[in-house]
Amino acid sequence: MKDEGPQPEASGEKIYADRRAFLRTCAQGASAVLFILQPRQGEAAYSPRDHFYGMGIDIAKCIGCGRCADACKKENDVPREPFYFRTWVERYMINDQGETTVDSPNGGIAGFPAATNEKGMLRTFFVPKLCNHCANPPCVQVCPVGATFATEDGVVLVDKDYCIGCRYCIQACPYGARFLDPRTRTADKCTFCYHRVVKGLLPACVEVCPTGARVFGDLRQRSSPLERFMRMNKLQVLKPSLNTGPKVYYASLDGEVR
Amino acid sequence: MDPLQEILRQVVGYVYPNEIELHWGLLIVIYPYITGLVAGAFILASLVRVFNVRELQPTYRLSLLTALAYLIVAPLPLLAHLGHPERSYEIFITPNPHSAMAMFGFVYAWYLTVVLLLEIWFDYRKDLVVWSQQPHGWRRWVHRLLTLGVTDISAQSLGFDRSAGRFITIIGIPSAFLLHGYVGFIFGSVKANPWWSSVLIPIVFLFSAIVSGIALMLLFYLLGTLLRSKAVDMACMDKLAMFLFYALVLDFSLEMLDFIHRLYEAEESIHILSLLVSGRLFLSLVILQAFLGTLIPLLILGLISPALRRGGMVNLPDELRRLLYVGSAVLIQIGIFSTRWNVVIGGQLFSKSLRGLTVYKMQLLGMEGLFAAAALLILPLVLLLVLIAMLPPWAEAETHPTGA
Repeated sequence: MKDEGPQPEASGEKIYADRRAFLRTCAQGASAVLFILQPRQGEAAYSPRDHFYGMGIDIAKCIGCGRCADACKKENDVPREPFYFRTWVERYMINDQGETTVDSPNGGIAGFPAATNEKGMLRTFFVPKLCNHCANPPCVQVCPVGATFATEDGVVLVDKDYCIGCRYCIQACPYGARFLDPRTRTADKCTFCYHRVVKGLLPACVEVCPTGARVFGDLRQRSSPLERFMRMNKLQVLKPSLNTGPKVYYASLDGEVR
Repeated sequence: MDPLQEILRQVVGYVYPNEIELHWGLLIVIYPYITGLVAGAFILASLVRVFNVRELQPTYRLSLLTALAYLIVAPLPLLAHLGHPERSYEIFITPNPHSAMAMFGFVYAWYLTVVLLLEIWFDYRKDLVVWSQQPHGWRRWVHRLLTLGVTDISAQSLGFDRSAGRFITIIGIPSAFLLHGYVGFIFGSVKANPWWSSVLIPIVFLFSAIVSGIALMLLFYLLGTLLRSKAVDMACMDKLAMFLFYALVLDFSLEMLDFIHRLYEAEESIHILSLLVSGRLFLSLVILQAFLGTLIPLLILGLISPALRRGGMVNLPDELRRLLYVGSAVLIQIGIFSTRWNVVIGGQLFSKSLRGLTVYKMQLLGMEGLFAAAALLILPLVLLLVLIAMLPPWAEAETHPTGA
């Protein structure tokens, strides 16, 4: 036992060294496991099941600047000609005779010319339009090959590589929200900027709106701006009699809007 | 200048910006026109086969071949119209079961193979066997091929052919109704479009199909007979004119019912549709479809055909009657083509905002142009000539089992 006298110190050091090595190995192993198991950024981290998107539009706030329509074309590479729009802005002018005039020069991208006759004007307002991402989408129903579909998070999309270009979906959309992209010869429409939304960003049109007339959000989250918008406003959707279940909700919508 | 820019300047009122361009053009007008002729010609054949209208026997085989020639061409305008025709096979391999259009391939395949090809084969089988035993001529090889190796023409086997043919025709009648009613459904089920969305559309399509098919067969029968320098069977012509009159009365009644119903209900869309009918569709709907294509033929056929009174209300000599029948049949073809035009093009001329009208600018060249459309209308005639050469539908070409 005697000659083991100095050993406790030495063995103590050894134990410490072993412990250190052990901890280092553990840490390395754990970090290796964590590295393998770590979620791929943006992909696996995003679960469509946890979201259900919609949009709110406050007519009273829209000033018809058309920045949304312009931003949409830039963000999504939509042809610049005035026949192809994923979103556009309409101006309604209702006079005291009850006559309604509607216009949307180039989708409202460059704003609107001054009204020619303001005398006798009863009310006038702007209405941004886009795909309503319907809960019962007639476009999805009619697509013969299933190239247009609704995602789990409530967005209606078109698979460009599968679309045969029959244009039945364009006929079936009651809102004129679809067009045939002349470059790809496939159907195209608003995606709610899905490529941005899955990264936690806002759709381009919402991002640029200077008055906050467009509110994007998640219908599954009580804290989302859209939920708040829906609690604070009386809402209306477009063409409710067609039972398409639009998920673009308008506040202060006028009965003249179709 | 971009044709769309020009259209943009002709827009009246407000249309959604994506609606300025018409998405279904002339080719989609031709598609229901052609399938209507198929269904109509087949229904005429079934009058002979199932309902034993003996006077129409001379048109029986010609009707079947005509239906086949037009059916072969029917999918071509659709194919040419697709943005990606090379992907059209996807309709067969991954059809969307909720889509009316996805069913096209299946309805078409059923009609082509189960109904038309089988019926023609059973009807011609005996003749094919006899023709294939001719000592000379290159056609006997084709005929031999078409017998599919079945050369039994005993009385028992011919009896089976007859009952099989009859059975197929009985299946064929609802199938013909399905084929064209289905085409009507493609339009009638679009709830977004108040001009199309009507439960009557498939039925209107069906009866207009029967009208167009009978009128076409009247023309083809007369042409085929005159070109072969044979005597025209006036009993057959009178019977064709009679059925044409009846079908036209039904078709016109349904169209009027649809019209009056819309007018009486006067829904939200009535203002824009009235503008459409009194403006951009006035020539093709009021003049061509209703007046020249329906009312005038109704009047002529009602007066001179034996439909209302044996020998006709006005008794005319055969030649004159024949001429008036031809005139009516041509007017009816123009009228039915206008009907298809008014449905397909008319349904896209007004905005779904119900606030404005756009215009249709027909192209001359290109896949969807006038020339392509004309070629698609001529192609069935060429196919029919080939079919007639291969399978003569005339009475004198028929063989008798004893001659074998």
